[in-house]
Amino acid sequence: MKFVDEFRDKEIAEGLIQRIRKTSTHPIQLMEVCGTHTVSIFRYGIRGILPEQIQLISGPGCPVCVTPNGDIDLAIALSRQKDVIITTFGDMMRVPGSTSSLQKEKADGRDIRIIYSSLEALKIAKEHLEKKVVFLAIGFETTSPTIAVAILRAKEEGLHNLFFLNSQKRVPPALIALLQSKQVRIDGFILPGHVSTIIGTAPYQFIAKEFGRPAVVTGFEPLDILQGIWMLVKQIEENRATVEIQYRRVVHEEGNPIALSKIYEVFEKDESRWRGLGLIPDSGYRFKESYKEMDVRNLEVEVEPPKEHPECLCGEVLQGIKSPLECRLFKKICHPENPIGPCMVSIEGTCFTYFKFQ
Amino acid sequence: MCLGIPGRVVEIEKNVAKVDVGGFLRDISLDLCPDVSIGEYVLIHTGFAIQKVDEKEAEETLDLLIKMAEGI
Amino acid sequence: MSEEKILLAHGSGGKLSHDLIKQIFLPQLANPILEPLDDSAEIMNREGHLAFTTDSYVVNPIFFPGGDIGKLAVCGTVNDLSMIGATPSYLSLSLIVEEGFSIDLLKQIISSIHEVAEQAGVNIVTGDTKVVEHGAADQLFINTAGIGWIRSGVNLSGVNAKPGDKILLSGHLGDHEMAVLSQREGFKFQSELKSDCAPLNDLVRKMLDACPSIRCMRDPTRGGLATTLNEIASMSNVGIVIEEEKVPVRESVRGISELLGLDPLYLANEGKLIAICPPNEEEHLLDVMRDHPLGRDAEIIGKVTEENRKKVILHTLIGGHRILDMLTGGQYPRIC
Repeated sequence: MKFVDEFRDKEIAEGLIQRIRKTSTHPIQLMEVCGTHTVSIFRYGIRGILPEQIQLISGPGCPVCVTPNGDIDLAIALSRQKDVIITTFGDMMRVPGSTSSLQKEKADGRDIRIIYSSLEALKIAKEHLEKKVVFLAIGFETTSPTIAVAILRAKEEGLHNLFFLNSQKRVPPALIALLQSKQVRIDGFILPGHVSTIIGTAPYQFIAKEFGRPAVVTGFEPLDILQGIWMLVKQIEENRATVEIQYRRVVHEEGNPIALSKIYEVFEKDESRWRGLGLIPDSGYRFKESYKEMDVRNLEVEVEPPKEHPECLCGEVLQGIKSPLECRLFKKICHPENPIGPCMVSIEGTCFTYFKFQ
Repeated sequence: MCLGIPGRVVEIEKNVAKVDVGGFLRDISLDLCPDVSIGEYVLIHTGFAIQKVDEKEAEETLDLLIKMAEGI
Repeated sequence: MSEEKILLAHGSGGKLSHDLIKQIFLPQLANPILEPLDDSAEIMNREGHLAFTTDSYVVNPIFFPGGDIGKLAVCGTVNDLSMIGATPSYLSLSLIVEEGFSIDLLKQIISSIHEVAEQAGVNIVTGDTKVVEHGAADQLFINTAGIGWIRSGVNLSGVNAKPGDKILLSGHLGDHEMAVLSQREGFKFQSELKSDCAPLNDLVRKMLDACPSIRCMRDPTRGGLATTLNEIASMSNVGIVIEEEKVPVRESVRGISELLGLDPLYLANEGKLIAICPPNEEEHLLDVMRDHPLGRDAEIIGKVTEENRKKVILHTLIGGHRILDMLTGGQYPRIC
């Protein structure tokens, strides 16, 4: 596959590792923010071939992992209403809410459908005008424009039975929160490649300018990740701190202006609750006035009070403060077949990755 | 921060493109990336093209990587 | 195409049931053991060990590129018998049909069954048909059971793998699951991908002729290659190492997998096998496999080790490694 296979070349990878080894002179911690990077790093076994003094910490860039329990409970409560069809990306099916999960509800006969594009939610809504179709809008800036398009189309076409459970998040504010917390030491950031195709590099400048850390927008193939790491190591060794783009074939400084305009036609920035990180200003969205009628939170629905397992360490794990190995539930009670928290469900979740990798 | 894969545009009808990903064809919305021509590559995420793949940049990145790998 | 549909009465044992047998089943599946239509088939006993297997088929959609539920039902059972070194001989065929199912489609499926049974050299010797009310079953479910005598001189089992053994795979992974997926709502992609559904008994026979000391054979169906290898590693209490660059996966399957966030190592196959053989026999076995239409793309994909017992480790494309676990909880396509 073009633009994929070439970036998986073994010989070039070996050469890059050597280069990194030669350039790196002291221990550093790099945070890979994005869940898809976590998966790629794990999938290719990159941690094992990097020099030991380079530590990679997984960040909170797993939208499934940072969705608060309450949002999942709301989705579950909605699914229990007879006239509701829940549409969702597959990622959310097994995430545990306070007492159940979408997968369990589906087994109990609720109408919950996995879709692959926000436009499918639109299609299902048109096919079932007698029902309320709810789309679980979870994701980062890569996905938000696609959700905005679906909302704009629904409005254009006069569709009244399509609703969105808005749980979208924005990455840069979460990075501010991480940098402001003194608990975790991050020497450099591997920035999310696909989020950046949408938002460009301007939103990340504060990382270098205010916090003095280098940051590199990186792609997802193994050679991309290795090159991104090398670029960070080089900056650190040369005492520089700038935002660079490794993933030049799809990331431009200005991002994708059309996509950004779609988002802001429908949404405005708002504070948002992140599991583990708490309430972060500007880290999510709210519907603009003219699109408020599609916000599912306007519907009357009884939701159970949110409950999280008191010993679940997902919050700290998401910030890179603790490792899954420090969690008393890890492997003993919490494992992929019986996940207690989202970090074990999501294939990008740190706990899941550790479970498989150990 | 999500899955995105490059595909080649083989057909365009209004704002929907047929995109070839490793030999299978899928309908992709061009709402977010309207300025594409047949033969160009786009990055696909959840049924949408979110950006064009800049072939020149891709080549340059690869060339640089090869040089870096050899320069030991 | 006629509009005739299956009615509840077709399953009641009365005239309509007999009509079904006479008009649809017998013409296609007739053989001397089946013909008496007694309550049980009478089979002459033979020397040796008998292998006995059963499987049920609930695939949706029932027609997919490269096959249908009928073909799948025969191949699945033929292959399970073959994996233990048995020569598949006799099958039972049980149908549970939803009221309203098209008789024409039923004929097509029986025709499929007939075609592949002939290809595999097996006979359907006993069967049953039940019809349930509309909604009580999803169109058609099939159960097949099969018997065959295990050839002498072979001992195939998941407990036999030993450190030093080599692992071979007969061809591309994921074709079946992707072919089926391409037919489902919401996927909508066009491709030439066909299910790999096929009876493997002839390939197995040639492999055992060439290498009777093969330790174990398995067909990686649900759960894919990774799950199958984990089962063997566990049963034999050994480690397994697989080289990612040796594992054949078609480009289109890779593409769809990347797009949907699925892993080809966990996708179902219905016409592939893995074989574990003693060291130094793998090259010859590979040649034999590649000589056969169902093994043209065979590869030596890995080996059995002393270290990391009960674990399956993948050496990745770029020289790293990761642990390949069993499939847990089903693969849901992801976006993130």
